[in-house]
Amino acid sequence: MTKRNLLLLALLLAVACVLPFIVSDYRTFQLTLVLVYATALLGLNILTGYNGQISLGHGAFYALGAYCAAILMDQAGAPYWATVPAAGAVCLVAGFLFGLPALRLEGLYLALATFALGVAMPQLLKYDHLAKWTGGVQGIVIPKPEAPFGLPLNADQWLYFFTLAVTIVMFVLAWNLLRGRIGRALVAIRDQHIAAEAMGINSAIYKSAAFGVSAMYTGVAGALSAIAIQYVAPDSFGIFVSIVFLVGIVVGGLASISGALYGALFIQFVPNIADEISKAAPWAIFGIFMIGFVYLMPTGVAGATRLLLAKRRKSP
Amino acid sequence: MKRRFVPVAVLAALLAMPVYGQKKYDPGASDREIKIGNTNPYSGPASAYGTIGKTIAAYFNMVNEQGGINGRKVTFISYDDGYSPPKTVEMARKLVEQDQVLFLFQTLGTPSNTAIHKYMNMRKVPQLHVATGATKWNDPKNFKWTMGWQPNYQDEAKIYVQYLLKNKPNAKIGVLYQNDDYGKDYLKGIKDGLGAKAKSMIVAEVSYEVADPTVDSQIVQLQASGADTFFNITTPKFAAQAIRKAYDIGWKPLHFLNNVSSQVGSVLKPAGLEKSIGLITTQYIKDPTDRQWANDAGMKKWEAFMKKYYPEGSLIDNSNVYGFTVASTLHQVLKQCGNNLTRENVMRQAASLKGFKVDTMLPGVSITTGPQDYAPIQSVQLAKFNGKEWERFGKVLSSDKM
Repeated sequence: MTKRNLLLLALLLAVACVLPFIVSDYRTFQLTLVLVYATALLGLNILTGYNGQISLGHGAFYALGAYCAAILMDQAGAPYWATVPAAGAVCLVAGFLFGLPALRLEGLYLALATFALGVAMPQLLKYDHLAKWTGGVQGIVIPKPEAPFGLPLNADQWLYFFTLAVTIVMFVLAWNLLRGRIGRALVAIRDQHIAAEAMGINSAIYKSAAFGVSAMYTGVAGALSAIAIQYVAPDSFGIFVSIVFLVGIVVGGLASISGALYGALFIQFVPNIADEISKAAPWAIFGIFMIGFVYLMPTGVAGATRLLLAKRRKSP
Repeated sequence: MKRRFVPVAVLAALLAMPVYGQKKYDPGASDREIKIGNTNPYSGPASAYGTIGKTIAAYFNMVNEQGGINGRKVTFISYDDGYSPPKTVEMARKLVEQDQVLFLFQTLGTPSNTAIHKYMNMRKVPQLHVATGATKWNDPKNFKWTMGWQPNYQDEAKIYVQYLLKNKPNAKIGVLYQNDDYGKDYLKGIKDGLGAKAKSMIVAEVSYEVADPTVDSQIVQLQASGADTFFNITTPKFAAQAIRKAYDIGWKPLHFLNNVSSQVGSVLKPAGLEKSIGLITTQYIKDPTDRQWANDAGMKKWEAFMKKYYPEGSLIDNSNVYGFTVASTLHQVLKQCGNNLTRENVMRQAASLKGFKVDTMLPGVSITTGPQDYAPIQSVQLAKFNGKEWERFGKVLSSDKM
C-alpha cells in the first residue's frame, strides 16, 4: 500500500467515525445498512468477482445469518455481539457444503442451482415444523442493543459503530486473503481453470472454500442486518434480495474490494431516489439508473474511479 | 437583569399556554399543516394493494381543495416499501425522524407492521388504522400507539362458524388456506370457534403458497376427503380458481368465501357467476361491482370522487372503496382533534368514535372505539350470492357481542 492510499484510507475512516455525530439518527441507521450491504457484497464479490462463480441465491445465506442471530437471541438469550461470529460459522459450513455439489456445475447451471436455493429459502423459513424456532410467517422480533460501558452514544450510533467495527475487520480479512496466494489462485481458476490446475492449484478445494468464505461474509452481514432491523421474517428475504446483491457487485465493480462499498451505496440509496422520482414505476427508474451506470462505467464504479485516477496521474 | 428575565418569560408563556390556548402541537402539526406518513407496496408481490395508498392521497387532495381540516392542509407522505419489512422499518424511520410526521396511517401488511410495531410504540408515535386484519393490533394495554381498522380475520372466521353450528351442526369441514399469517389467523379463528369439536369436524386442512400457479390439486384433495363444507381462505386469484375447480369436478359443499375475496368483479366473474351461486361471505363495505349499489347515493359519491381526484384508478376495485372509507374515518378523527394536534390526542380521538358511519359502509355497520377497544370495525353481515349479486341476510353481527 502506498503512502497516499494509506492517507486516503485514514481520511475515510475519520469521516466514517465523525458522520454519525453530524447526521440524524435516521441517516445513521441508513449508513449502518450501507455497511451491512457492503459486507454482504464483499462476500458475493469473493465468489463471483474473484472466482467467477455466479450466485443468484446469496439472499439465502443472508437469511440464514439473520435467522441464526435472531434465534440465538430469542431462544438461547445470547448477547447480540456473540451471534455475529456464530452466524458466520454456520454460514461458512453451509456455504462449503453447498459448494461441494455445486462444483460439478458451471456458469449458468450453477446460477440456476443457487437461484433454486434463493427461491426455496423463504418457504423453508415458513415450514411448519421449524416454526417453533423461526416463528413461521410471523418472524422474530428482537430487542435493540444499547451502548455498553455507559458510552455517550444513543442506540443508533452504537449500532453504527458496532457494525463499522465488524465491517472493518471483514474488509481487512478479505484484503489479506485476496492479495496473496489464495487470491491469485481464485483469479487463476476464474480466468483459466485448466491452466490453474496444471500449475498445481486444487480447483475443487479452492472453489468450495470460496463458496464457504463468501457465504460466511454474507451470513455475518445477515446477522448484522437482523440486529439493525430488529426483526426477521420470511418476507424480508425474497429472491429479490439475491438479485439486488448481484446488481450491487456489478455496479460497484467486480473483483474489487472498494467496489463492495460503492455497490452498497447504490443498492441502499438508488431505490429511494427512484421512489421519489416516480411512485407509479419506481423500478423502471431504478432500471434506467442501472443501465446508465453499466453503460457509463462498464467496469463498475470502482473501475471508473481507478481509470480516472490513472488518467490524472498521467496528465499532470 | 434582562437576560435572566428571558427564560422566566418563556417559562411563564409555556405555563400560560393551556389557559389561553386551545392550540397544542406535536411534530408534524402546525397552524397550517398536518403531516401524515404512510408506507404502501407500490412495487413487489403485493403491489395490487398500492392503489389504496393512491386513493388515500387523492382523498386528502380533495379535503385540501375543500379547505382542509379545521383550516389546516393535510400533507400525505407515502413511500414504497415493496412489501419488504426491512424497507418498512427504514421508511417508517424516515417519516418519523426526518419528515417529522405527526403519525403513521394505514401502513400496509402484517409483516411490515410487525416490523415497526415496537419502534412506533417506543417512540410514542401513533400507528393508526393499519391495513391488515391480523388480530394482534387490538392490544391497547401493551401497544397503546397502534390501532387496526378493518374487522379482524379471527372474528370473521368465528362468525362463519357460528352460522355453521346453528345450521349444519354435523358438518364435515375442509379448509383451504394461504400459508402465511393471514391464512393461519383465519384458521385459528375457525378452530377457536369450533372449540372442542374442531378435531372431529375438520376432516381436511390444506394450504397453498402465494407463489403457487393453481390450487386445483388442493381442491381435488378436499373433495376426496369427503368434506361437505368448504372454508375458502384465499386471496382473489386463488379464490376464483377454487370456486371454478370445485364446480367443475362436481363438488358442491356449503362454501364459505372469506371477505378478502368477495368482490364480484375481480373474483366471481372470472370464476363464473353461475358457478358462484350459494357462496357465503361477510361484508362491511359496499362492493363497487355489486349491482344493488348501482344507484346508491354513497357509492355515487365515491364514484364522483374517483372520477375527479383519482381518474386513473379502477372503478371496479374494492380496494379503492376501502381506501376512501378508511380515509374518511381518519378525516373524522382529525376533525375531532380540533386544535389539539398532539400524538396523544390523535390516539384519544381515534379511540373515541361512537357509531361513526361512512356512506360506503354497509347499512347497519358503524365504527365504535374506546380506550380499551382498539378494533374500529367489528360488525359485519353475512351474505349469500344469488348468481347476480350478494344478498345480505340476517342481522348485522358484531363480534364484540358474540
